[in-house]
Amino acid sequence: MTIIEKPLPIPNALSQPYWDAAHQGRLVLQCCASCNTVRHYPRLLCTQCYSDQYTWQESLAKGKIHSWTVAHHAFHVAFKEDLPYTLVTVDLNEGVRAMGVWRSAQQPQIGMPVQGKFLLSEGRADLQFNVLASS
Amino acid sequence: MYSLRDQACVTGVGETAYMRGSIKNAFELQLEASLKACSDAGLKPSEIDGVIPIGIVSGTAEDFIDNLGITDLRFSALIPHGGASPVMALQCAASAIAMGVCKHILITFGRNVSAASNKAGARIHNMPQFHYVTEFEYPIGSIAPAQIYAPMATRHMELYGTTVAQFGAVAVACRTHALLNDNAVMKKPITLEDHFNSRMISDPFRLLDCSLESDGGAAIIVSAAPIAKDMKQPVVYISGVAEGHPDSPGSITQRPDMTSLGIAKASHRAFEMAGVKHADIDVVEIYDCFTYAVIRQIEDMGFCEKGEGGPFVENGRLHLDGDLPTNTHGGLLSQAHVWGLNHVVELTRQLRGQGGRAQVRDAKIGLVSGYGDLGDGAVAIMRKG
Repeated sequence: MTIIEKPLPIPNALSQPYWDAAHQGRLVLQCCASCNTVRHYPRLLCTQCYSDQYTWQESLAKGKIHSWTVAHHAFHVAFKEDLPYTLVTVDLNEGVRAMGVWRSAQQPQIGMPVQGKFLLSEGRADLQFNVLASS
Repeated sequence: MYSLRDQACVTGVGETAYMRGSIKNAFELQLEASLKACSDAGLKPSEIDGVIPIGIVSGTAEDFIDNLGITDLRFSALIPHGGASPVMALQCAASAIAMGVCKHILITFGRNVSAASNKAGARIHNMPQFHYVTEFEYPIGSIAPAQIYAPMATRHMELYGTTVAQFGAVAVACRTHALLNDNAVMKKPITLEDHFNSRMISDPFRLLDCSLESDGGAAIIVSAAPIAKDMKQPVVYISGVAEGHPDSPGSITQRPDMTSLGIAKASHRAFEMAGVKHADIDVVEIYDCFTYAVIRQIEDMGFCEKGEGGPFVENGRLHLDGDLPTNTHGGLLSQAHVWGLNHVVELTRQLRGQGGRAQVRDAKIGLVSGYGDLGDGAVAIMRKG
C-alpha cells in the first residue's frame, strides 16, 4: 500500500531562513532593517518604507487567538486520521499573525492567550499552539 | 470625468448544461457556450473582435481565433482573480469598448472538475495567487477553500452573533430558486433543518454551506451600446462596474480585518457610476461560494451595516417574493459553480424579462457580484434599456 504523506512546504530564497529556523524549533519573523516594521508572511519589500533590507527576528511565539476552524472533512487523504482537527489563527505579540494546529482540549476563544511551538518530525516542522497557562 | 456608465451592454448569453461527469473538457465547454451566446446575440462568431477568457486553465485568445474563425481580433485580456473574474471582465470589456478599441467582446469560462487530478483541494495549490497558503497553511491541513475561508466566518459569528440558521437562510433561498431552473444541478428542496443536519465540513461550514463542484461552460457577449440597440435582444446596460482587492490579498490569515472583502472598496464606486441607490435594486446575483460569503458581501456592499447581514437574510428576504430577490438561478450553491459567470447570465436574463419561472416582476435594475481567490471582489450594476 502506498502511504501518501502530508504535503511539505516548498521554501523559496525569501522564506528559506524561516524554515531553517523552524527546523531548529524557532519561530522567526522578517523585520525591516530600516524602520523595524515586522512582516509576515515573507515579502520582498517593507510596505512602510519600501526598504528591501531586513533581518530575521526571533519571536517568543506568544499571542492571542484571532479565529479558528475545526476540519471534519479530509480534503487531502493524509489528514484523514487527524480528523477532526482544529486550526487556529493567532495574533502574535509582534503584530503579525500565524496559523497553527490547536493542541489543547479546550475550545478556542477569541482573545485566548496561547503559546506556539514547532512540532519537529522526520523533515517536518509544524507550528502548533496551546493555551498559555496563566502565570 | 469620463465614465463607463451605459457605454456597453450585455448582448448575448449562453450556457451549456451543468452537471457532474461531463465528457467535454473545459475548452470544449467554453466553445459550446460561446456559440450559444453568439446565437443569442444574433452575431456570427467571426464578428467577435475581443475576447476575455476567464481563468488560466482553458482556451487562449489564439484558441478562440482558431475555432471561431475570428479574422480581426483587436482586444484580448486575461483576468486571473478566480470567481471575481467574470464581473471584473465586465469592467475590462466596458473600458475597451468605451475607448473604441473593439465592438463585441466574448467573455467565457468553462471547467471540468470531474477529473481526479482537478479536485478542489489539489487545484488551488497550483495557482500562484495561493502561494502563501500553499507554503504556510496547506502543510498543516488548511487545504481547500472551506477550510481557508472558515476562520473569516468563525470570527463574524463570534463578533456579531451571526447564526447557523442565518447561513441556512441563504442556502434555502438558493435551493428554492434552483427548483425553478431546468438547468440547475440540484433538484430537491431543502429546509433550514436539512441545512443544520448536513455534515460538518470545516466548522462553521456544513455541506449545505458549500457551493457545488460542477462541469460546464458559460459565455456572454459585451457590445458597444450604440450597436446594441439594433441587435437581437432587449438592451441591458452595464451602468456601474468596479473591482476591489482586500488588504493582504494573498493571505486571509494576515488580513488586518479578515471579515472585510475587496468588494467593500469597489461597491460605492459602482453605485456612484450607475447613479442608483440600494433601494433601486430589484434583483441581485451574489457570488455564493459559501453561504457566509453572501451575508458578508451584502454588508460590504452597503445593503445593511457591518454585522447585520445575518438578520438581514432571514425571513425570506432573499426569496423571489422578498425585498431583495437573490440568486434567482440557484447560484453556485444550487445551480452550478462556473465561477459566477452564470450569475452574469442570469442577471441579463432577468433584466430582459427572460427569467422564466424565476422572473422577478418588473425587474429594471440589478446587481451582480464576484468574489475570487482569497477575497478579491467586483460588482456590476446593470439596467434594462
